[in-house]
Amino acid sequence: MNAPILEALAPRRMELGPFSPAELKPATRRWQHWHLKRDEQNVAWLLLDKADSSANVLSETVLRELSEIIAALKSDMPAALVIRSAKPGSFCVGADISEFRQLKTEPDVINQLVEAHLLAQKIVDLNCPTIAIIHGAALGGGLELALCCDYRLAVKGATFGVPEVLLGLHPGLGGTARLPDLIDPLVAMEMMLSGRTVHDAQASKLGLIDQLLEERHLGNAVAAVLAGEVEVDRRNLRARPFRLDWVRRLAAWRMRKKADSKAPPQHYPAPRALIKLWERHGNSPDQMLHREIYSFAHLLNTPASRNLVRVFFLREQLKALSDPAKGMHKPAPVRHVHVIGAGAMGGDIAGWCALQGLRVSLFDTEPHSIGAAVQKLSQLCRQKHRSAAQTREILDNLIPDPANSGVAVADLVLEAVPEDLEIKREAYAELEPRMKRDAILATNTSSIALEKLREGLADAGRLVGIHFFNPVAQMQLVEVVAHSTARSSALERATTFVGQINRLPAPVASAPGFLVNRALTPYLVEAICLLDEGLSAEAIDQVAIDFGMPMGPLELADQVGLDICLGVADMLREQLDSHLPDTPDWLRRKVEKGELGRKSGKGIYRWKHGKVHKRYHRKQTPRGTQERLLLPMLNACMACLREQVIDDADQLDGAMIFATGFAPFRGGPMHYAEQLGFDNVVAQLQELSEKHGPRFTPDPGWTAVADE
Amino acid sequence: MDSQPLSAAPRHHQPVYIVDGARTPFLKARGKPGPFTPVDLAVQCGRPLLMRQALDPTAFDQVILGCVNVVSEEMNPARVAALRLGMGAQMPAFTVQINCGSGMQSIDSGYRYIRDGGADLILAGGAEALSHAPLLFRQSAVDWFAELNQARSLPARLKALAGFRPSLMKPVIGLERGLTDPIVGLNMGQTAEVLAQLFNIDRESADAYALTSHQRLAAAQEAGWLQDEVVPLFDRKGKQYSRDDGVRPDNSLEALAKLQPVFEKPYGQVTAGNSSQITDGASWVILASEQALIKHNLVPRAVIIDSHWAALDPEIMGLGPVLSSTALLQRHGHQLGDIDLWEINEAFAAQVLACLEAWQDAPFCKRVLGLDDALGRLDPARLNVDGGAISLGHPVGTSGNRIVLHLVNALQRHGLRRGIATECIGGGQSGAMLIETL
Repeated sequence: MNAPILEALAPRRMELGPFSPAELKPATRRWQHWHLKRDEQNVAWLLLDKADSSANVLSETVLRELSEIIAALKSDMPAALVIRSAKPGSFCVGADISEFRQLKTEPDVINQLVEAHLLAQKIVDLNCPTIAIIHGAALGGGLELALCCDYRLAVKGATFGVPEVLLGLHPGLGGTARLPDLIDPLVAMEMMLSGRTVHDAQASKLGLIDQLLEERHLGNAVAAVLAGEVEVDRRNLRARPFRLDWVRRLAAWRMRKKADSKAPPQHYPAPRALIKLWERHGNSPDQMLHREIYSFAHLLNTPASRNLVRVFFLREQLKALSDPAKGMHKPAPVRHVHVIGAGAMGGDIAGWCALQGLRVSLFDTEPHSIGAAVQKLSQLCRQKHRSAAQTREILDNLIPDPANSGVAVADLVLEAVPEDLEIKREAYAELEPRMKRDAILATNTSSIALEKLREGLADAGRLVGIHFFNPVAQMQLVEVVAHSTARSSALERATTFVGQINRLPAPVASAPGFLVNRALTPYLVEAICLLDEGLSAEAIDQVAIDFGMPMGPLELADQVGLDICLGVADMLREQLDSHLPDTPDWLRRKVEKGELGRKSGKGIYRWKHGKVHKRYHRKQTPRGTQERLLLPMLNACMACLREQVIDDADQLDGAMIFATGFAPFRGGPMHYAEQLGFDNVVAQLQELSEKHGPRFTPDPGWTAVADE
Repeated sequence: MDSQPLSAAPRHHQPVYIVDGARTPFLKARGKPGPFTPVDLAVQCGRPLLMRQALDPTAFDQVILGCVNVVSEEMNPARVAALRLGMGAQMPAFTVQINCGSGMQSIDSGYRYIRDGGADLILAGGAEALSHAPLLFRQSAVDWFAELNQARSLPARLKALAGFRPSLMKPVIGLERGLTDPIVGLNMGQTAEVLAQLFNIDRESADAYALTSHQRLAAAQEAGWLQDEVVPLFDRKGKQYSRDDGVRPDNSLEALAKLQPVFEKPYGQVTAGNSSQITDGASWVILASEQALIKHNLVPRAVIIDSHWAALDPEIMGLGPVLSSTALLQRHGHQLGDIDLWEINEAFAAQVLACLEAWQDAPFCKRVLGLDDALGRLDPARLNVDGGAISLGHPVGTSGNRIVLHLVNALQRHGLRRGIATECIGGGQSGAMLIETL
């Protein structure tokens, strides 16, 4: 709902203590990233407002300034210290991860951490009451900063988390000691091991926050705290049993089992490192704080963490593509999307757009497909824990449109009809005359060339590809496909649209299979070859899982649908010179029989209730199976780079990770290839091509790069 | 008598155009609350209607919605619907209630605002979910709850609890209360029985009329004549509702004859088969001034020439359409036959037939309508040509809106010009609108 009047009043909603909103402008500031002022009761209000950033992160300069401020406060003790963020969006989202990359050695890291820990301790030791006010997200170091305070007041809607484990780390600013000390240690450990977000109500129940309030009551709440009217229970009785070593050992054993099943420890060392830390030192906060530093420093230098940090930045890079830099022309946001085709993809895409707050009209010649999409959206709302009011609003956004009226009002028309050139052309012929002049015509095609689709369009410049992956709600990546006559304004708007719906855009050029399908298919096809050579499906998949893929190629093929995989393979075989092996007859027969994989309950595997049924297998696979599976994928990636299907290796890595779940701790296919060494890759491919055929011929790109 | 003098000429200011309209399928109430609340229904037909105008939903000046059974979670359903339709936080919206006339009152209010130059583009509708009509606690139960609530001490509480009797929990059916006139103590069906006696309508004629209602609606559905008027509903389970489901294409005189009188047993003649049905449904109409047509590039379909509201004894409320439409005819110098198509809401077959009889009844026309003679015979072939509330259902706050919308659609389909939509209103009133297509 547009609420321009409310927007005009928004800035005055924030409780700023003695500050007026005007005083927060950068004009006269003693510190770059903080504002400090005392109110009439001599309560010091300290606002974190990192310069040149829309969110607060604890960079080195932020912490250095904080250190000076704390020293100044100690010499002239206020009645109390209130710490909050001046940013409207959130409290603080953690450390400055880009600074991690600059710390090259363990001693560097240790030095930084020791400084930071001293600062944290100084805050803990301040003689006056310290109150942290949290709105929006308090993550990682941000939460750890709040943990140093005596009280924590949160605004409705605040979220909390310690997601360092997702970067191959654990908290490094005292969180490993202070969090289990404050709340139930089992919950604290679970938070740190999973990196999940805790919402306001749960944080309140856990005792992580002391009060959960509306912003407009914060002033009175601070006064109540200072008047001693707010009772807090810091006994943390649940922590008592865990002071005993054997209790912690038992709990740690269970935590290890669970952590191992989620993330193999040989690839992801952080969970075990954290568990070890707590198991050994959980009864002594001082020891824990001390050892945390060394554990963190060690983890930061592991390849897993380095690569996960890299992946974080790949994600930021892709996100930035949909959010043009300040000053550059930002395309008008898409307000109405019209989706044509309510099949598996079209229905889900429409539902996802509605979930993200866009108005979507959905057309299909079969009204009951439209109904199915509505039902799936209401299920998605349940899964995503939307309230009744939010669910209603989201369902209102999705407009069933059996009359196909939405074409005339849409800013973006997304075509998701069956993969048939004639059907698509007919659809375009009917649509184009009715579209708004500057509306974009987007196709979700995965196998039909945009060059063919644009023939017959009055305005080919408006056609772009927006290629989603299945399932839409989970796969973050979307390929934005450009053909040679696509208008750059259309491409920009399409890319921004992908950001609007909270997905990551990967700009690719129109070429068979674009990037992801072209890279994945040789991998899937090779798995089929291995199957034909007598290995069991479970064994083949295990090889990939051992490598670090979230699931094996054959399970993936069943997930995607064997019919779709076959279609893509046939198309690639026809349009590319890559010697892709033929599809075996037994597989074609399977598809003809309707054994398509997960969606039909049977494919290569049997599926029950959406879960794969795997038989016990002996793990013996011949040496070199992993290379046979993975090198064709790397080879295809290099081909895409060489042909400039995608701009650079970083974008390629990001796209592959977020579209396929390619082992993130390896940093992406091209990064992994770099670690192997390109000449090594070429040598292995040569060997394989001699043994198994020309499909392993090394792409010229491997040696071309070496020549540069 | 009437509320407006017959001789007063309407002020001519801005012409008021009907641009487009849409309604949901009408769904018969079947014993438990249906899947849609009044606002859900209004939103589901409002969304496609607004979308097909290629209009920004915020372009409207106001939203007016008729609704009788307002659900407590949706107070002022007009405003809730306007917000849910994305018409903007700054869209004024109000709900009107004049019993069965609510859906026409919304159009009438909108018409007058635009005519007098106060607005240019108004969305006027009706919405009703009779299946959601509440079960109420009887007064004795309410008193008991109040006493319990006020008891502060343990002895007082125990005393209050001891006063509990299971009979307190027997609910009152809100709908029954709502359909009973509080002044004369008759329910709506009984008022039809009164008219049947006064104008000699017999059971067979009423049943025959009811049968034509079903046959005409079934034919219209088969022929696809309701395609542009009805937009399908989708519930959260993905189920689609695309047709008015109260119709019985295979209805017969024999089947109708078997039914027992439902309001006045055993000698009455109004049955469930020759009465309108209890139904859920919503409808919207877009009204525009000349300026709005130009500004938003809209093509008008009809113009509202005039309207008239009349009132009479509640006991014979069903006769209302005779009063209000006669006033319109007189004011514009028309005869019955000058009107190409009529929509008279089918509250009850006997009631509609009583109206037609009244116009042919010379003593009545002279004494009550002040005419020189009987007005004449209304050709049944021009009346409710695609069925009516007997087969379609009568969502109370919506019907007035539907009959205006359908009148425009039916006139255009037949290439005809002039029509009157009129309905009786519980409590003893009637509204009528004179429309001309363009």
